Amino acid sequence: MDASNKESALNVNASSIKISDVSQDGDMLTFAITSQNLSGSGGVCVFRTYEDFIWLQQSLFSQEDVPELQGVIFPPLPDKPLPSHSHTQAKVLKQLGFLSLGDKWQIYCKALELYLQQVAAHTLLSKNKELYNFLSSSESPGKQRSKKGIFNRLSQVMEEMRKEGHKDVDEFFQSERDKTTNLSVLFKVATEKFLEVVLTKQKLALACGHFSTSLHLCVNQENADAVAFSKICLKLSDIIETMKRNFEKVSDNDMSTLGLGLELESRYQEAKREMLFRRTCRLVELDNANKNVDRAKPNKKAHMEEVQKATQKEFNLISSVAKQEIVHYHRTRVQVLRDFLIDWCEKQLSTAQESSTLFSQYLEACKGLAV
Amino acid sequence: MAEEREPPPLGDVGQADFVEVEDGEDLFVSTVTTIEQLSPTTPEPSCLPAEDISTNSNGPKQEILLDDDQEDLFAEATEEVSLDSPEREPILSDGPSPAITPVTPTVIITPRAEASMFDRSLDEDEDTEENGDTFDMQITVSDPEKVGDGMNAYMAYKVTTKTSLNLFSRNEFSVKRRFSDFLGLHSKLASKYMHIGYIVPPAPEKSIVGMTKVKVGKEDLSSAEFVEKRRSALQRYLTRTVTHPALLKDPDVIQFLENTELPRAVSTQALSGAGILRMVNKAAEAVNKMTIKMNESDAWFEEKQQQFENLDIQLRKLHASVESLVCHRKELSVNTASFAKSAAMLGNSEDHTALSRALSQLAEVEEKIDQLHQEQAYADFYLFSELLGDYVRLIAAVKGVFDQRMKTWSKWQDAQLLLQRKREAETKLQYANKPDKLQQAKDEIKEWETKVQQGERDFEQISKNIRQEVGRFELIKYWEAFLPEAKAIA
Repeated sequence: MDASNKESALNVNASSIKISDVSQDGDMLTFAITSQNLSGSGGVCVFRTYEDFIWLQQSLFSQEDVPELQGVIFPPLPDKPLPSHSHTQAKVLKQLGFLSLGDKWQIYCKALELYLQQVAAHTLLSKNKELYNFLSSSESPGKQRSKKGIFNRLSQVMEEMRKEGHKDVDEFFQSERDKTTNLSVLFKVATEKFLEVVLTKQKLALACGHFSTSLHLCVNQENADAVAFSKICLKLSDIIETMKRNFEKVSDNDMSTLGLGLELESRYQEAKREMLFRRTCRLVELDNANKNVDRAKPNKKAHMEEVQKATQKEFNLISSVAKQEIVHYHRTRVQVLRDFLIDWCEKQLSTAQESSTLFSQYLEACKGLAV
Repeated sequence: MAEEREPPPLGDVGQADFVEVEDGEDLFVSTVTTIEQLSPTTPEPSCLPAEDISTNSNGPKQEILLDDDQEDLFAEATEEVSLDSPEREPILSDGPSPAITPVTPTVIITPRAEASMFDRSLDEDEDTEENGDTFDMQITVSDPEKVGDGMNAYMAYKVTTKTSLNLFSRNEFSVKRRFSDFLGLHSKLASKYMHIGYIVPPAPEKSIVGMTKVKVGKEDLSSAEFVEKRRSALQRYLTRTVTHPALLKDPDVIQFLENTELPRAVSTQALSGAGILRMVNKAAEAVNKMTIKMNESDAWFEEKQQQFENLDIQLRKLHASVESLVCHRKELSVNTASFAKSAAMLGNSEDHTALSRALSQLAEVEEKIDQLHQEQAYADFYLFSELLGDYVRLIAAVKGVFDQRMKTWSKWQDAQLLLQRKREAETKLQYANKPDKLQQAKDEIKEWETKVQQGERDFEQISKNIRQEVGRFELIKYWEAFLPEAKAIA
């Protein structure tokens, strides 16, 4: 059973996982996930809600029998998608950032898709049979295990502050920790700034729209003088309309490529930081165990030593996994970011070329407009 | 003849014109010559037809009035002349003052003027006429300089005039003026001409905030912008003022352009007594406007008024949209700049060299984009927004003129009413047989009759002026509107 499950888990072609559709029912979003087998023989489509994703994430976390899981950088799951009503708009924007923008949750779906793809491509995580169930079973998976959510966060924050400064035994990891702290902040800031730029562009598009409509309203055909003026107004209105569409397109491009990329990167940095933190916790434990061994009374000594050995082994395992993960992460993230950047540039370039041809046409038309 | 040359003060213009009429044997001929001489002074092609219209509408009336009061003209009756001359002056000065005649070498549009003499064909003139004029006058406002220190500081602008009109003593000259001088000029012109029905171009607005920043000496972008904005607004204001043929000949205007020293116009200060008086007046006028209900007998006026209302609303909307556009653009440039900075920081801290390079380059590109956005914002700002603002104010001036007309009408009606009552009183007195009181009543009646007549004449006058002003106004507006748009798109 296990063997076959394992096989079927690996059988899924990671890159084929797509979120083909999303439907919104009140406040609830349902995603249609399609995936294909490695051999390309069969495809499956299932419907999942966000809660199901959370369940998946938790089951990935809580695999008991795999100690090295602690060293894994878990692909980050995007935050809960709250449909934005007018009064919650600002909050949603703050929470989800780029993911809340775009038509019909396009960008959010892409993020979720990437999440699934990353999980499925991960050597350790893809072995989880729950993943397979998630992707192919037509019935919805079980409910959430527990509501650890908030409390976990709070205690974690306290712990973090205590343990963050704990010096590492390994040079590599220490530098990694420092770098991550630095970079994750910077990426977050960059993402926020970029978000503001995109939002301003959208506002500009809106303002252009208003201008264009008010120009349109200036049209007045009654008076002979006014006809020339009206023609100019109409022409200008068209031009501004084009400007508006240009802005919209540009901001769309921004959102779907660089915005998404930056967003992803910052969340991944967070995940990496979490992983490193977990390792640090283990390290602290190990240190405590060592100290205990040194301080232990003779009757307890053997027990302590065992604990120490076990902790050490675990720690080493985690460290090695972590190292691998980090190396792998570095490689892939550069690639991912690069792809996003290239995509962004190409899209903006093509949009700009289109607009420039349109504008030069308008210029010609205006020059020919006799007054 | 020398007196003709000089720009005569208001009261005397009438006399100068009378002199000319005196010389001309045939009244009609002199009218025609004034019409011909009219054309050279038009500033732009679009104005030309308007001048024709003025002659069109002036022509017949002009004759009539001159005919009627021929005796008055040549009598040295001071009373009558001074009563009439304010009215007379605008009529005749639509024809260019004799002072300008010797200079202008240009096209005389006689055939067209004669043909369309009695008919107000605005539209076809506008379309067919291209460039048949040389209104030779160019005004530039430049070199804003800060003079003085602290709260008493002000910006002095250099006003340069290049002209070949003989109205001025030299061909090219420049003077230093400050903002309150411009405002003083405007208030003088407004008090002289508004109530007759001329549309006096509105001066740029006072801005306490802007000026305080400049005074305090903040050398930042916003105060530089403010000064630039003001400079171009002042230039446009002066150009519009001299484009108006009557205003051009006004001694105040000429003095403004020529004299090195100008008496300080203190009544323009925002918080002064005069300022407050102005505000009170404005409020009173607004109340009056609401209470006067005019019987519009002239369909033309009704239509035009409606048109102007519509235009006003449209322009205000446009102006608001453009303002918001400009504001957003500025925001965009700010945001792009901050994004560029954060990208640069990322590029610096990033390990991976290629990625780091890419991010740094991204930062540079974004900075360039930011610059571009800024430039675009300024271009939009200066072209559209300012122009639209100007037009909104111009229309307010036009509305003001229409309101004047209403006031004149109401005065006329009041005078008539009073006359009626006086007549009734007289009849009563006649029955009561009180001879001395009767005489008094008769005198009063006579007085009121004259007043009524004058009111009527005023009203006619103002209506006529408004018509012709509006004609000029529309044409200029369309030209001006087109040009910047063409430039902006390019």
